[in-house]
Formats: sequence, structure tokens, C-alpha cells
Amino acid sequence: MNPKFTTDEILVRALVSQGIEHVFWHPGGARLPYYNALAKCEDITLVLVRHELGACHMADGYARTTGRPGVVMLTSGSGASNSITGIANAYMDSAPIIVFCSRESRGDTDSDQFDETDMIGVSRPVVKHSYVVQSSTDIPRVVQEAVFVATSGRPGPVVIDILRSAHENRTKHEYVMPSKVSLRGYRPAESGHAGQIKKALEALLRSTRPVICAGGGVIQGDAASELLSFAERLKLPVTTSLMGLGAVPGSNDLFLGMVGIHGTRVANDAIAHSDLILAIGTRFDDRVTNDPRQFCPQAKVIHVDIDPSSISKVITADLPIVGPCKEVLTILNQLAREKEELSSNGDDQYATWWEQLDRWREETSQGTQQNSKLDDSAMLRPEDVVQVLYEATQGDAYTTTDVGQHQLFVAQGFKFSTPRRWVTPGGLGTMGFGLPAALGVQFAFPSATVVCVTGESSFLVNLQELSTCRQYELPIKVFCFNNGTLGMVKQSTQIHAGECELRGYPESMPDFVQLVESFGHRALRAATLDELKQAVDVAFSNECKKETVFVDVTLDPDAILSSAKSRGNNLDDQSMVDA
Amino acid sequence: MMPVKHILAILFENEAGALARVLGLFAQRNMNIESLSVAPTEDSTISRLTLLTMSDAPTIEQITKQLNRLVGVIKVVDLVHVDHVERELMLVKVCAEGEERQEIKRTCDIFRGQIVDVTTNTYTVQLIGPTAKLLGFLEAIGRAHILEVVRSGTCGITRGAKALSAGPKGV
Ligand SMILES: Cc1ncc(C[n+]2csc(CCOP(=O)(O)OP(=O)(O)O)c2C)c(N)n1
Ligand SMILES: [Mg+2]
Repeated sequence: MNPKFTTDEILVRALVSQGIEHVFWHPGGARLPYYNALAKCEDITLVLVRHELGACHMADGYARTTGRPGVVMLTSGSGASNSITGIANAYMDSAPIIVFCSRESRGDTDSDQFDETDMIGVSRPVVKHSYVVQSSTDIPRVVQEAVFVATSGRPGPVVIDILRSAHENRTKHEYVMPSKVSLRGYRPAESGHAGQIKKALEALLRSTRPVICAGGGVIQGDAASELLSFAERLKLPVTTSLMGLGAVPGSNDLFLGMVGIHGTRVANDAIAHSDLILAIGTRFDDRVTNDPRQFCPQAKVIHVDIDPSSISKVITADLPIVGPCKEVLTILNQLAREKEELSSNGDDQYATWWEQLDRWREETSQGTQQNSKLDDSAMLRPEDVVQVLYEATQGDAYTTTDVGQHQLFVAQGFKFSTPRRWVTPGGLGTMGFGLPAALGVQFAFPSATVVCVTGESSFLVNLQELSTCRQYELPIKVFCFNNGTLGMVKQSTQIHAGECELRGYPESMPDFVQLVESFGHRALRAATLDELKQAVDVAFSNECKKETVFVDVTLDPDAILSSAKSRGNNLDDQSMVDA
Repeated sequence: MMPVKHILAILFENEAGALARVLGLFAQRNMNIESLSVAPTEDSTISRLTLLTMSDAPTIEQITKQLNRLVGVIKVVDLVHVDHVERELMLVKVCAEGEERQEIKRTCDIFRGQIVDVTTNTYTVQLIGPTAKLLGFLEAIGRAHILEVVRSGTCGITRGAKALSAGPKGV
């Protein structure tokens, strides 16, 4: 006779079979039955968090940097619904997280029992898929499907709601895991259309002012090295979206910087004057395009994406290619190599274009050099802090952020050398993401350097996770850009409607050093360049290798994020920007 | 861009919650659904939904892609792009008294309606046809005589031998 298992044993076996190593968890009555089996399981580390939202962001940071699913386990009711912002954040940024919750119900799910929420209904618009599990025997299949759905195609969050009736009784069942996933309604594209890919290469070779516009899909699709080979082979200039930072090394000469409202001038100029854009793994978010009608007025657009709904949604594609970035780029590389072998004249095809781009690049860098004199007596400017942090980490550290000026200063100032190092809530813009995300990353990479750049306001949103950080002794380094204001909002409301006052806000801020110390962490203050450099030295010193370090960096409250300028489109039209 | 009529035939998993996901997509986009009819197909694990909506071309393209993204949706076809037959069923309770009974019976015959229930002062008429024909009947009878109308929503099928099956997703 086959062995039989209780529901909690079945769940744990299923998770282990899928290679799950961490579960971020916040308990409650409805999940108690699972605790024992999970706690006993040696293959899974249970991480007890302080808030369900924290659990989701941890799983999200974990998932984005590893490509593996981040798993969250919650209770019912408010314990479940607290996760919604975290799920929505993962949905917007295509992060594969799996959220288990449980219903306090006997099967009839609308009996208004204590601590009950219809999580399937509440989460419906922000999940890739969701499941209600009515019977323990379904658990292995559902777990396997959830992992497949969350991580394949365009990744995204999956919610699994387990009815209490499925796990309440201690009846034992056989453990049956299907040999493979079979979902007739879900078949993500495995390759791009060969004919379209060929046409794309021909179009690129015919063009005179091409630009690659890469997004987070290149990173999530593990296509960065293919992208770099292709760009280098053809000498194509590359821009990325916020989510695409790290898709090519930030210091590579082909990289023009980030495109869009907060992008570099040369990247925006390139897009505005391009005759052919190769968009890859990007969805043309409004922070990239501003007014889409004026975004790339002269360009034809080739758009490669695993998700057909991203293509021609904002910018009409002249040549759509549905497929995984990695496979499509591999074929493009092959075709380009064959072409090279046939003809020898290919080099310097875009020489005139590069002359122009280099001139633009030169102009901007002159502009920034003029205003980047570090002066020790003045208040610290965010650019200076970013520069110091960048020098200390070389764009190699895992860097999480929250939302606001601090986030974009890092995006503008860091040159990420590798994909999956930059962890930012780009789509939903979720304040409170940075700290828990950093914890998630540190769980995935215990010996890596993990930096969280936050704003004083964003930091307060999820600071309870400092306690989780203490419990698990995670040596993350937090740099709080404390400008005493909702910098991003202030900046954009000033743009909209003149002065904006946040009366009483700076005076109501806590003493961050005392606050963080009370959680048992080391906390430092830095208000001048010297203090900052010292604090950074301490934070990254061997002595603090195993310690959480928090640095409260006092910044000029009036610092303004430099906004994009461009000739030829309207990316410098700040009237359209809100926080 | 002018909104025009679209008839989406959607095959999806016949299970709890699947229809809500489909309809949620329309609600999220503030798109009105003019009519919908849904029932299992010859394969009882698959439901077929015929959904009628007014929309411009980019919007219908996007919602079609979004529908295809749903894990439980197996196939989506816009029937207005192909030669198709559409039918709707309507039941109408008509006030029919005295002299008018004859006249109403005649109108009903002209529209090939069937009287499925009779009382001394009402007829209940069943009509099947394209929506335009059903509306034509209501007009012919006259608003004053109509007590109650129930319509099934359009359902549609392609003409010719080719059948819509649960093979790989289209679009
Ligand atoms: C949860 C949430 N609420 C509100 C906003 C709107 N918002 C965007 S940036 C910002 C200010 C953030 O302030 P801070 O964290 O201090 O960052 P700064 O811009 O000052 O660097 C606000 C309120 C948001 N993005 N997320
Ligand atoms: Mg601030």
C-alpha cells in the first residue's frame, strides 16, 4: 500500500519537490495546522515576518534576484488582505511570487465567519492566476502548476487559497504529483516567429539611426548576455527603462543611459531622432514615453515580448515578435553572424549616428561636470551621496530602493554591472518596498552585499521589518536619504501648482538613529561628506560584515531631481509628471 | 475611433471563478457588455461564452490579448471577422385581448414566433433569430402591448465546415 500523509505533510512535500527553500510567513489561526510540518522540514527555512506586506516584498525581492518563486504563507482575513499591495507590486513588475492563504470556513465561503476575506475576489485584478483548494489531494498539482505559472512566460504572482475544511481533519491521503503540468489554456510562447526575426535583422541593417530600448523583460528572461552580444556585434546604441537597468553593463560605451522622463538626455535624444527602435522586453510605461504620440516620431518599431498584450499597447509596433527575449536574441545573433561571414563591409555602418550620439553625450557630461563640485561645507546633495555609495559598491551590490527622489537618484547615478542587482518597485511605485525586499534578497544570497536606499518617508511604511532583520541577523546596509520631505511629491506639486508646503512634517519625524538602535541595530548619522564617507566605511567594513547598519543621511531638502531634456519629443514636458 | 460591434466567442475552463476572471477584465476597463450567453460545450469541462460588446479597434485588440492571457481561457475568436451565424432567443409576454388577439397572432406568424403559453388576455411568444429580427418584432407589436421581455443574449458560430476547437490559442 502507498504511504499516506496528512495535509500539512502533503503541502510541505509538494513545496520541497518544487525546490522551495524559503517561506515568508505570518501566522494566524487558519494556518496553524501547517506550522508543525513546515518547522520540522529541514529543506525549508521558515521566515517569520512582522507584517504580511513585508512578507510579499521579501518574496518579491527574493524572486527578482533569483528568478525562483518567492513563497508567502498567510492566515485568513486581514492577514491575507494585508498582502494585496505586495501582490499588486509583484504583478506590475512581473515578479513570480506565490501567496498561500487560508479561509476560515467550512466550505461555504460567505458565512461571514470571524477573520474571513474573499481573497480570490479581492486579489483577482492583480494576480496572474489563483486557485481555491478544496481537497488535500489537489495540493501537489496546484503547487506544481502555481510554480510553473508564476515563473514561466511573463512571470507574475499566484494566489492559493486553501479552504480550512481541506486541512482541518487529520485524515491521511496519498501524495500524488502529476508527472507534468498540463494547462490547455496556458502555453507561453517558446520561440519567436523565424520570418519576423529575419525581417527584424534586415530592418536593422537597413536603418541608419537604430536604438535598442530594453526593459525588465530582458532581465527576467535571462537574456542580458544575448542582448550585449547582439548590441556589440552590430554596434547598436542601447537605452533601458528603469526596470531594465543592468540589462547591459552601465559602464559599457554602447549604453546611453535610462530613457524617459527621468532618463538621460542622450538616451531621449536618440529615441527622438531614431529611425528604428528595437524594443525588447519593455512595455513602454508612461514614465518612458510621456506622451506616446510624440515619443519616437521618426522611428519604425520592432517589438519583442513574451507577452503579446505588451506589444502595440502604447506604441504601435511595425514588426511584432512574440517570444522569449533570450531565444529571439539568440536567433538574431546567429543570423547576424551568418550575414557577417557573407559580407565584410558591415563595420561602421552607423558611424554617422554614433558621431551624433557621442556629441550629445559630450554636451551632457560637460553640463554635469560643471555642477558636480563636492564641497564639504554645504549640505549634502543626493547626487553626492549616490556617488559615494556607487564608489563603495561599484554597481555590484544588490540594491533595493523605495519610491521617490532617492530611487531615481540611484537609478541615474549607479552603473549596474550585472542584471538582477537592481531591485526597485517600478510599476506600482510602492513606498515601503525597499527594506523588506532587501531582507528577501539577503535570504537568497546570505554572503552578498545588500544595500537598501530609502527615503525617510518610505522607510516608515514598513520599518517593523527591522525586527525581522534582527531576528535573522541579516547584514543589510540601509541608507536613508533623509531630506525631511516627501521629496518627489514636493517636486512634482511644485511643478504643477507652485509652492507646496508640508507643514509640520519635518518636525514630526522620529530620531532615526535612536529608532533603529531600539531594534538592536547599529545606526549612524551623516550630514557632511566626511561623515558620510566614514559611515560608508563602517557599513562596508569587515567588522560589520554580519551586522545590519543604518545610516541616516541628512540631505538638502530642496534638492531637485534633474529631469530629462530632449530635442525632438516632449520628454522634457514636466507638466505630465506626478509622483 | 468609432466603437463597433464585436462578438467574442470564448472557450474556457468550466470551473468556479473562471467566468468572474473573464468578466473582471471588462469591468476593469470600464467596458460595457451588451449581452452574454454561456453554457458548457460538447466537452463538459469547457464552457463557451458568446459576448457582445461595442468597442474601437485598439481596445478590442487589447482585451482579446488580455483574455488570452488568462490561464483558464482556452480560445478567443471575434466572430465579426469571419462569416458567421448569430442567433438569440427571446420570450415575450404580450397583452392580447379581444380583437387584437388575431392581429398579434398574425404578427407572430410573420416573424415565425411560437406561442408557448396562453391566457385569456396574454400570449407568451418565443422568437429565435438575429437580434435585429427580435427587436423588429417588439417594434411591430408596439410598446403598449409588451408586458415582459427576456432575451438569452447572442450566441454565434462560424459558417462552413471549420469548427472552433480547444486547440492552441489563436490571435
Ligand atoms: C504607498 C505609497 N504612497 C504614496 C506614494 C506617492 N509618493 C511617491 S514618492 C513619495 C514621497 C516619498 O518620500 P520619501 O520616501 O522621503 O522619498 P524622497 O522623494 O523624499 O526621496 C510619495 C508620497 C507612493 N508612491 N506609494
Ligand atoms: Mg524624503
